Amino acid sequence: MGKYIEMIRIRFLMMLAYRTNYYSGILIYSINIGAYYFLWSAIYGGKENIQGLSITQMTTYIAVAWMARAFYFNNIDREIAMEIKEGKVAVEMVRPYPYLNMKMMQGLGEGIFRLLFFSVPGMIIVALVFPIELSTNASTWLFFFLSITFSFIINTQINLLAGIATFFLFNNDGLIRAKRVVIDLFSGLILPLSFYPMWAQNVMSYLPFQGISYIPSMIFTEGFKGSQIYEALLNQAIWSLLLIIPVYGLWILAKRQLVVQGG
Amino acid sequence: MEYISIFFQYVGQYLKTRLTYRADMIVEIFSDLLFQAVNLVFILVVFGHTNLLAGWSKDEMIFIYGFFLVPFSIFASFFNIWDFTDRYIVKGEMDRILTRPVHSLFQIVLERMELESLFGVVTGLVVMFYAGDKLGLEISWYDPFIFILLVIGGALVYAGIFIALATIGFWSDSRTDIMPMMYNIGNYGRYPVDIYNKVIKYVLTWILPFAFVGVYPSSYFLKREEWYTYAFLTPVVGLVFFLIAVTLWNVGVTKYRGAGN
Repeated sequence: MGKYIEMIRIRFLMMLAYRTNYYSGILIYSINIGAYYFLWSAIYGGKENIQGLSITQMTTYIAVAWMARAFYFNNIDREIAMEIKEGKVAVEMVRPYPYLNMKMMQGLGEGIFRLLFFSVPGMIIVALVFPIELSTNASTWLFFFLSITFSFIINTQINLLAGIATFFLFNNDGLIRAKRVVIDLFSGLILPLSFYPMWAQNVMSYLPFQGISYIPSMIFTEGFKGSQIYEALLNQAIWSLLLIIPVYGLWILAKRQLVVQGG
Repeated sequence: MEYISIFFQYVGQYLKTRLTYRADMIVEIFSDLLFQAVNLVFILVVFGHTNLLAGWSKDEMIFIYGFFLVPFSIFASFFNIWDFTDRYIVKGEMDRILTRPVHSLFQIVLERMELESLFGVVTGLVVMFYAGDKLGLEISWYDPFIFILLVIGGALVYAGIFIALATIGFWSDSRTDIMPMMYNIGNYGRYPVDIYNKVIKYVLTWILPFAFVGVYPSSYFLKREEWYTYAFLTPVVGLVFFLIAVTLWNVGVTKYRGAGN
């Protein structure tokens, strides 16, 4: 356990060295959320609510979805692909800890850093400028933090899968990009899933992606109520466990067919 | 002339390297298509809940998106400099660029081109013709020429903004996360600028003039006469921003100190 905490700490310190950039990032995120706000105001065009979400809830949804993204988002798929291409992965695999766990911990270090230095100040600024409703209910916050923890796990597992695929494809920038687009769309980052037509919602309810953005954002905006929250969290928990199987399966296959191209 | 011949030699080499990883190239074109589909899905889903967006119909919005894809794809094929600071400044690669006989910016364009993005031009045209047909738009003999002019203007706007941002790397070599977000802000130029408040409208017109890549030039083809002045300003804005960016670049290069290797 100690070694994992150390990995998180080191990554955190690494990010801290570059913290000034994050202030410019917050500004850009705020502009982004602002433009979304006006776009959605135009879409609502005076309507009280669409699919049970009021315009204030919608703005909150967009803001929290982007801020939560800063926490669960990481580039470990690209890092793994790079280490495989450069042959570094061979050395990494000799080290006395599981490679995949190490990558996950690095991602967590990055996520915690962004949560503290990016999402929290960003959310405060956005809340001052735009009409956003922050819940005063402690249990909502508790469920939200539990939910984004699951978001991180699910998103990281999908990233690991995309990264490991490099073992088989050698060059998989295209796959990584496609994965990112699919997640943006199916996770509910761009649009709440309840806005989609029924048949599309049915398809998406069988996929793990809604656990990445839609569920935590809906919990935060209190779009989910009562038993819906528990069902949603259970859904995330099940996917977090289920995805372990393909990750380890693919990893075992990958190790067998490892070709080091350089190093 | 020499530049043109070097350009085509690079294109030749590029095709060879891409064809080595054919499976990846196909996935990449597919992922581009997917990305373009996402934006269409957004428009379709939104118009499932409303009929007009600030007085613009669904087909008009789709048309604007189709137009936007053309200059954007040209930009994306040749100006892949969003990771300039990381790739060239931090890693010291800029040293190598400066020893090359062509202009440093041109050298980077050559090295970083991604020709498969040009496929987006086709998608854009298909989308435009589909939406234009539904709107019953008529094409005059001079429209293709105006189209080309506006597309060049739009591509230059994009190139200008991203080159200018990349030059920040010459002064400060720390990583910035601005670039990926900029791609997002670029999307807002596709919506009728009336919907934004004054500040954002001003930013999208004169500071980060992304509106000149989407709604302004498209309004010419959509016969929205109130925007014609802006539509015809597109090539001028493109040229001005591109020239400013290249000037910044030239000044920046003299400030480059090298990060060591």
